[in-house]
Amino acid sequence: MNDWLNRYLPNVMDNLDDIWESTYETVYMVFMTSLFSAIFGIALGVILVATDKGGVLANKWVYGILEKIVNFFRSVPFIILIALVVPVTRLITGTSIGMNAAIVPLVIGIVPFYARQIQNALLEVDPGIIEATQAMGSSPLEIIFRVYLKEGLTGIVRASSVTVINLIGLTTMAGAIGSGGLGSLAINKGYNRFQLDITFVATALILLLVFVCQFIGDYFTRKSAH
Amino acid sequence: MISLSRINVTFNIGSRTVEAARDIDLHVNEGDVFGIVGYSGAGKSTLVRVMNLLQRPTSGEVTVNGQNLLALRPRELRTARKKIGMIFQHFNLMKSRTVYDNVLYPLKSARMPKKDKDRKVRELLELVGLFDKLGAYPSQLSGGQKQRVAIARALANDPRILLCDEATSALDPKTTLSILDLLRDLNRKLGLTIVIITHEMQVVKEICNKVAVMEEGRIVEQGDIVPIFSDPKQPLTRDFIHTATHFGQTVEKIMSHPSLTRMSENDRLCKISFVGERTGEAVVSDIASRFGVSANILFGNVEILQQTPVGSLIVVLSGGRAELDKALAYLRSLGVEVEQLPSPSALTPEGGERIG
Repeated sequence: MNDWLNRYLPNVMDNLDDIWESTYETVYMVFMTSLFSAIFGIALGVILVATDKGGVLANKWVYGILEKIVNFFRSVPFIILIALVVPVTRLITGTSIGMNAAIVPLVIGIVPFYARQIQNALLEVDPGIIEATQAMGSSPLEIIFRVYLKEGLTGIVRASSVTVINLIGLTTMAGAIGSGGLGSLAINKGYNRFQLDITFVATALILLLVFVCQFIGDYFTRKSAH
Repeated sequence: MISLSRINVTFNIGSRTVEAARDIDLHVNEGDVFGIVGYSGAGKSTLVRVMNLLQRPTSGEVTVNGQNLLALRPRELRTARKKIGMIFQHFNLMKSRTVYDNVLYPLKSARMPKKDKDRKVRELLELVGLFDKLGAYPSQLSGGQKQRVAIARALANDPRILLCDEATSALDPKTTLSILDLLRDLNRKLGLTIVIITHEMQVVKEICNKVAVMEEGRIVEQGDIVPIFSDPKQPLTRDFIHTATHFGQTVEKIMSHPSLTRMSENDRLCKISFVGERTGEAVVSDIASRFGVSANILFGNVEILQQTPVGSLIVVLSGGRAELDKALAYLRSLGVEVEQLPSPSALTPEGGERIG
């Protein structure tokens, strides 16, 4: 077995430690970014739905401004966004290089995408149900927490799984600012040094991560649907 | 109990202005089952939404349970709404909650011990006859069962009023009747005041004691159900009643087949309408013996509205000209309404089938 691996994946076997470390870095970035994005993304998505015309807290100004911000950040290509937000990154993490520094642009890049997904998921909630709860005397906050977030749960779970999978893609680009992770491994070791087998293994590991996330997402989507 | 005065509701859709309610005055007394009928687009759903301010009127006053709703702050309005139940055409149950949790939902913010809430939910489900479906999700229920859950949910905060927005329009006729039975029960047992929005006069006929007919945002006719059914003043009201009693179709059928009526020159085709004690049959035999006028009954229909029979007959009266006039005058003197219909032989049935 070892002979076989040494023959076909020579560079991989020489760099096993690097590969494990890169995998860890990717998982770490995905996990931490998901955590922050979940908070900001869901909050932003909920505010968009609530302040939209006909929403439970309709407010033309708040909606208009948030919507423009979301559209702006969604339009900027991520690789440029990383460079663009460097001052913010420095302000928050004290550095602009490395795994933790990468989390800042990752959050800024993924939150608008996630918020839109959440918004769409919540808009799927039957407006009749919202009207019924208003008729029952529910307050806007009760409607948000007890109706939108509960009735829209299946959609939220689905949006989350799509977002995490997207996020895995973005972390590979964060390699551009020395974040580490499987993306930079594939480029720096695999591509730049002509060690194709490392690129293959990095790809396989990324795919594995995506499949695992997809599986978990599907499981919870099924579980939340009635 | 509910009093709307000079209500106007105007929507701006793009550059178009839609007047969904125009200068509406309407009073619902405690214990009433008040029907509002109209074709779709007449503004009846808008009107019922004004009653709990889901729709704010452009102008006018809304008084419910003695409170001027338009003067309330948002928090006070929410408290007032808890005493106004509402059910909908598409039930609007929460799909992610069980039947039990759907009924529990309106009690969530109520300050009462958990044990009491539990008891209340169980009582309500018993009341609507769904105790065995407690743990089911709405997707596992039939339409009628869903509406029963919605009714239980609407009653959770012990409202004095129940607003029904086309509550039976998505149900089959048999289920409709069972839901109407339940509503009638609630009206009698709990003294619940009910407002029913519908496009089916059948529904009104079944349980309402008062009715308002709407067209293009206006109430064209309103009042107690017996006088409205027995003597509708507006063509639209007549339309609705005829649809409910199949009267219109029958008249049309008779008109298109002159042979059905077998009328000779002196015969008259009449519609005789009566209310209460005086039934049609007695009247018809009466004129036969008094004036020698014979009546051939082509169609008859009797409805029992609020325990009062309301009926109409289509008859061909034959006899001498003078006797006929006397007979008609006599009928009118009894308070029976007689309407002479145009003789079908005068109309040539265009493409109509000929029989015999």
